[in-house]
Formats: sequence, C-alpha cells, structure tokens
Amino acid sequence: MPAAEVREALRLRFGAVDFALGVEVPREALLETLRALRDLHGYRFYICASATDREGEVEVVHGVRNVDSGDSLWVKVRLAKPAPEVDSAAFVFAGAEWHEREILDLFGVKFRAHPDPRRILMPDEYEGHPLLKAFPIDTPWGYRPPTSTEKP
Amino acid sequence: MGQGVEIVERELGELALNMGPQHPSTHGVLRLTLHLRGETVVKAVPGIGYLHRGVEKLAETLAYDQLAPVFERDDYLGPTANSLGYVLVVERLGGFEVPRRAAWLRTLVAELQRVASHLVWLGTLGLDLGGALGGGTTLYMYCFRERETILDFMEELTGTRFHTNFNLIGGARYDLTPELAARAGALADAAERMLGELHSMTSRNVVFRQRMERVGVIPPDLALAVGVTGPVLRASGVRYDVRRGQPYDAYPELDFEIPVRQAGDALARFEVRMAEIEQSARLVRQLVDGLPEGPIFTRKPLKNPKAAKLKPGEAYAAVESPRGELGYYLVADGGSNPYRLKIHAPSFCNLQIIPHIAPGLLLADVIATLGSLDPVLGDVDR
Repeated sequence: MPAAEVREALRLRFGAVDFALGVEVPREALLETLRALRDLHGYRFYICASATDREGEVEVVHGVRNVDSGDSLWVKVRLAKPAPEVDSAAFVFAGAEWHEREILDLFGVKFRAHPDPRRILMPDEYEGHPLLKAFPIDTPWGYRPPTSTEKP
Repeated sequence: MGQGVEIVERELGELALNMGPQHPSTHGVLRLTLHLRGETVVKAVPGIGYLHRGVEKLAETLAYDQLAPVFERDDYLGPTANSLGYVLVVERLGGFEVPRRAAWLRTLVAELQRVASHLVWLGTLGLDLGGALGGGTTLYMYCFRERETILDFMEELTGTRFHTNFNLIGGARYDLTPELAARAGALADAAERMLGELHSMTSRNVVFRQRMERVGVIPPDLALAVGVTGPVLRASGVRYDVRRGQPYDAYPELDFEIPVRQAGDALARFEVRMAEIEQSARLVRQLVDGLPEGPIFTRKPLKNPKAAKLKPGEAYAAVESPRGELGYYLVADGGSNPYRLKIHAPSFCNLQIIPHIAPGLLLADVIATLGSLDPVLGDVDR
C-alpha cells in the first residue's frame, strides 16, 4: 500500500493529521495507530522514538518502517506539561522499551505500563531531565555557551 | 554433576555476575548484569550510560556548521559516517546542493572507513574468543596491520588519521589528487587480498566455527520488532540497507550487492560483515575509476557560523554506518542552531537485543554474541 493511502487510512480511522515526516494522532490513539501500522500496513520495523520540548508540551514521535517498500512513517503525539504522560509502546514494538526509557530519562515523560521504567543514560539518583529547555546549561564551573550578541 | 553440587546450587539459587563496566570483552564501558544458573544465563540486564556526554544537549548550543566534528566523536570507529549523516540531514532541510564530485568523495571515504571499522571489529572479536584462535592476538595483529594502511591514507588525504572532519554541509573539505586516487584503488585491492588470509584464520577454523555457529540466534520477527539495524538485521534474513532503501550521495549510481544471510546467528553476522568488506572494496574501485571532475564545495563562505540559519521544520536522514542505520532527526526553529537533534544510534538499537537473546546462552557464548553485535559504546551513550 503506498504511503499516501496509509496516511489516508490513518486519518479516517484515528483522525490523524499529516506533518512533514508522518502523522500526528491524539494521545489515546497512539497504541492503536502503531498496531494498525504493524499489522495492517506492514510497518513491522521499529526505527526509534524521539521527543522535543515545546512551549507547554512535549512532542513524542515513534518511527516505524515497512522494510519491503522502504517507506518510513513517524507517529507523533503531543503531551501537555508539566506532567507529560502517554501509553508505553513497548508491548507493540519491543524496541520501544529503551527509547522510551531514554525519553523518560532526558525529558521526564511518564510511559504508562512501561515494563522497566528506569533512567537509562543518566545515573539513577540524578535529578532533573537534561534535554528540557528549562534545564540550565550553566555548569558548576561556570561554562555558558557563547551567544552572538556577546563579545568573548 | 555430583549430588553435592546440585544442592549447593539450589541453596544459592541464581548468581548475579557483573560483567563490566571494566571488562576487556565488553568493547568499552558496557555493564552486563548476568543472572546465572550454573553456567547458563537466565537473565541479562545491560547497563549503559557510562560514556554519556550529552551531545544532543550540546548540539542545541552550537551553530550548524560547528557541529559535524562534534558528532564524529560519537562512534569512534566509523567517525565519517557520523558527520555524513549529520550533514545530510542539514542539507535535506536546508536544500543545499552537493557537487557531484564531493558526493563521490564522501562515499569513497565512508566506504574506506567501513573497511577499517570492520577490521577493528574482527580483530577484537578474535580477542574475545581468545584461545579459540591461538591466543587471539594473531588475528588482531593481522587486522590492525591492514587497518593501518587505511589510516595512513586518511592522514595523507586530510591530515588526520582518524577524526577526518571530511564532510561539510554542502560538500567535502579535501580533494583527492591522482596519486591518492591510485592509492585508494590499491587499498581496495589489498582489502580483497587480505580477505582470503582472514577467512583462513576464522571461517576455515573449526574452533572458531563452533564458537559462532547457532549462537545468539535472532529470529527475523524479533529483529524487526526490536529494530536492530545493519549487518545484524541482514544476518537475520531481512534485506534492508539504507544505501539502497534511502540512497544518498553516490550510491544510486553505483553497482554493489547487499549481503544477506538467513541463519541469524553469530556466524551469519560474521559472514555478512566479511562480505561487506568485499563489497566496499568493489565500491571503492568504482568510485576511484569513475570520479567526476568539478568543484567539491560551492556554498558561499560565511564570516560567522551563526549566520547560517535553517527554515523551521523537521527532517530525518540516515546513513549506513559500519554498525547500521545511523539517523539524525532534526527539528529546526529558524535559528542558527538546532532546536532539537536526536541521534538514532545503531549500537543502541543493536545492544537492545541482548536481554531478548541472552537467556539460555552459556556465559562464554554471551561474549561471542556481544562480539558479533559490534557495539561501540560511544555510539550507544552519545
């Protein structure tokens, strides 16, 4: 099935909206969308998950691919801050487990029913979520990245 | 096994063994907590993050043109692939044109580095298997001898043996002279010659085969669901290679095969990588023979890297690094640095298979399996 038809099918069934790399779905429809992509449309390969910190919300994307046709599709959900929360996709795609742990670690997103919700890159006792924009980039030794308005 | 031993084991139950983070055969700072019953693994829990350097946060503070060398430090066995993936995603979002000669040169360097990286993998696999290969260091030395010639070539071309800093957004940094082109061709011939030698030490060695055959089998369905990439995926019978699936640079114009094996065991992964060295040699010869003339960089020079801005948007670009699909997910907001840059690291995805396949393996087979996955911890932890 060509990629455009897959997007159309997702729009009809889940109210998915297109964006540059794939579709955006309501938060509640994420798992059903991923299941439909895997079982009905042949997107059986899990690429990865990523997140972006926007104003007032965190965006989470899951990437899946149909290895026979080579088409990739990214499924995006928007989660409201301050307590972003979404269902874990680890039982649909086993590969989501570590990628979701990474997002939990770096963005503080809670994944409901995640099989192993621990930090993955930062130490267990670490506080804060470094990839949030609010996380200060100043370090104890005073490093600040140079900005274009400042003279060195 | 005697009666007494069994009683002791029943009393103690499982033994949790920490392999790493400092262990010679974990290829860096990987920690594997292995729950053992006797010598059989019942559960394996990888612990990563010991090499986390926060490059994704760092990327949000630097200008687009300053970032390529930073990413070369991620996967320290195939640095060119890292910067290549990054410049590709910026070119895709920004619509930069790459001169044809630059695209071919980037492909040439990437393929030579694939050979170099696979040689490190094979050498260290020999060390992992140790006694099976006459003490292990023999294979290691042979591999590193050949790799050295490739690094010498890189030094001649770029001034740096390793972190070559070759790829630029919209082109390449260094040009190839006719003498160097001849040397690249000679390297391809040497790579093909040494394959016979390496095969006689490995795939024709009965001990090596016994250590690798039917060990750490990854079924195709599991490989897809977990999202393992590169040689690990292709050894499980899935024919997907980014160089064919989402072709970039010179690959659409080149003639090469994608090695695929069906068995999914450590030996299949070994065979896929060995066949890839052969294909890389073939590619290098084509690239040297058909190298087009012309400029290698056509962008207007900038006075300040902060002057380069990208329009808002999202893009994903991937390259086939020696370890698999290395992707960059870029979110731009119109400024001079990325708003968010996610690195899809192949080693991270390949390492994730360990908890799925380790139960039931012998402790020694975990080492062979890990060696056949070829994780680079700089790539895992970023």
